[in-house]
Amino acid sequence: MKITQISIFLENRKGRLFDVCSLLGQKKINIRALNIAETEEFGILRIVVDKPADAVKALKENGFVAHLTDIVAVEVADHPGGLAEILKILNENNVNIEYMYGFVERSADKALLVFRFDDPDKAISVLTENKIKIIGSKDIGGL
Amino acid sequence: MEISFWNKQAETMDRLALEKIQLQRLKETISYALKTHFYKNRLEKIGLKSPEDIKNLSDLKKIPYTTKDDLRENYPKGLLAVAPEEVVRIHTSSGTTGIPTVIYYSREDLNNWTENLARGIVATGAGKKDVFQNMMSYGMFTGGLGLHYGAEKVGMTVIPIGGGNTKRQIQLMKDFRTTVLHITPSYLLHIHSRLEECAARVEDLALKKAFIGAEPHSENTRKKIEGLFNIDAYNSYGLSEMNGPGVAFECVYKNGMHIWEDGYITEIIDPKTGIVLGEGEEGEVVFTNLIRKATPLLRYRTRDLAFIYKDTCPCGRTHRRLSRITGRSDDMLIVNGVNVFPSQIEEVVMRIPQVGTNYQICLEKDGALDRLIVKVEIYSKLFSGDIKELDNLKSRIKEDLRASIIINPHIELHEPGSLPVFEGKAKRVVDNRIKL
Repeated sequence: MKITQISIFLENRKGRLFDVCSLLGQKKINIRALNIAETEEFGILRIVVDKPADAVKALKENGFVAHLTDIVAVEVADHPGGLAEILKILNENNVNIEYMYGFVERSADKALLVFRFDDPDKAISVLTENKIKIIGSKDIGGL
Repeated sequence: MEISFWNKQAETMDRLALEKIQLQRLKETISYALKTHFYKNRLEKIGLKSPEDIKNLSDLKKIPYTTKDDLRENYPKGLLAVAPEEVVRIHTSSGTTGIPTVIYYSREDLNNWTENLARGIVATGAGKKDVFQNMMSYGMFTGGLGLHYGAEKVGMTVIPIGGGNTKRQIQLMKDFRTTVLHITPSYLLHIHSRLEECAARVEDLALKKAFIGAEPHSENTRKKIEGLFNIDAYNSYGLSEMNGPGVAFECVYKNGMHIWEDGYITEIIDPKTGIVLGEGEEGEVVFTNLIRKATPLLRYRTRDLAFIYKDTCPCGRTHRRLSRITGRSDDMLIVNGVNVFPSQIEEVVMRIPQVGTNYQICLEKDGALDRLIVKVEIYSKLFSGDIKELDNLKSRIKEDLRASIIINPHIELHEPGSLPVFEGKAKRVVDNRIKL
């Protein structure tokens, strides 16, 4: 139930984010979720795409530094307190979140969030036990 | 102009007498050199087995040059010429490739060094009544301790604060009415830019003089310093291989630095061919130390470029004057007064696995101070997507470099292939510091 995120090292240089997005566009790869972690002079672009293997191949061929990371995508009820309910479950079960971000799009009345856990397997079992819907990689392409 | 001397007899003796002392001390130095493993081999190869083989000063030319590599290769004891118990001080410098160099001093060596500093200090007109704030680093760097001993010998009131901590420096200058500073030119300019925030004005200070050294600077920088602080600034020169600071010092005429020639034989050579050049010609400065028994050095190549003035100085000193250092015959960088070789940086950066194949060293001015930026490409196979790991990598490079080169660099991480690549010899140093 884990899905693949691509982390890309970007130095702080004009047009670098554009370079990534334009490359993926040319290769007909769709970005589903996106987040940038930045420091003073470099950043890490994290993306979830419909065709991760093709994306990594294209990125590496074009000289980008990319790494695959397992993440967990979770469906969250799109109403006030929806995220808090999930965080409460994770908190009570001592699951640590390294970072999280939202999907570019959402399905109907649910919001989709991406979590990076220090222990993804434990997180998945805790979430499943609590009847939280986890999105699989098959679903990503079809969203 | 009022001219003072610490040792008038020695400083104004005629050239013949001076050369006589040089010859006698050269023989003595050779006798100590022959006690070292390194020189014994080297001098015997040229048939020099006894000091008596030296008949006149021109015989010095038969002796091959000594280089920093020789010092490294003979670390730690290959150049020690006295019994270990005669050594009272050790100064080491970090090596360009991880191997340091060492200089040993006997009691007499320290006294001789201190004597030269006392001469230099008094030549600027400073003396017993002055309050001397020594802003050069103490410790293994000879700049701090050298002037400290000299100033105490002259009888100045010494404030041994060392480098850094600008607020406290300014406070002490105010509280103790400091009159004389020993400082790098870049740090003195930096202090000026910080006066206002420390609620101090130049008029609140009692400054009269600054001994500036440890980094090359132009006449314009001196004039700027003198104008900003309304003081006289005196250039000074030295290197640990020749004991430390005080090899040469400017007098009140501020027109070249008197080399204490009863302590050092100076030659200027063509750095490419090794041929000795004449007075007035610019080349690499080569010294023979005549006043250090524990670590004798003969014809040591400093890699500093300068020339010797032909004319005599109106102050009456017969010791010839060395010009400002105009450059280096190697790739050594001087960053806020600290000597750094690009190879030292390479050594550190390249042993870290997460670093890729290319790096660049950039120098910029941050106000009056120098800023060293080391740009490294990351190694793509070890990229984990974790921002903490990259921050840790930056900290590690920074810490390792600080341990090796003493100064604190700024680290930038770059994508592989993004830094300029050079065919053949890479030009990895970009010096954007504007000459003042």
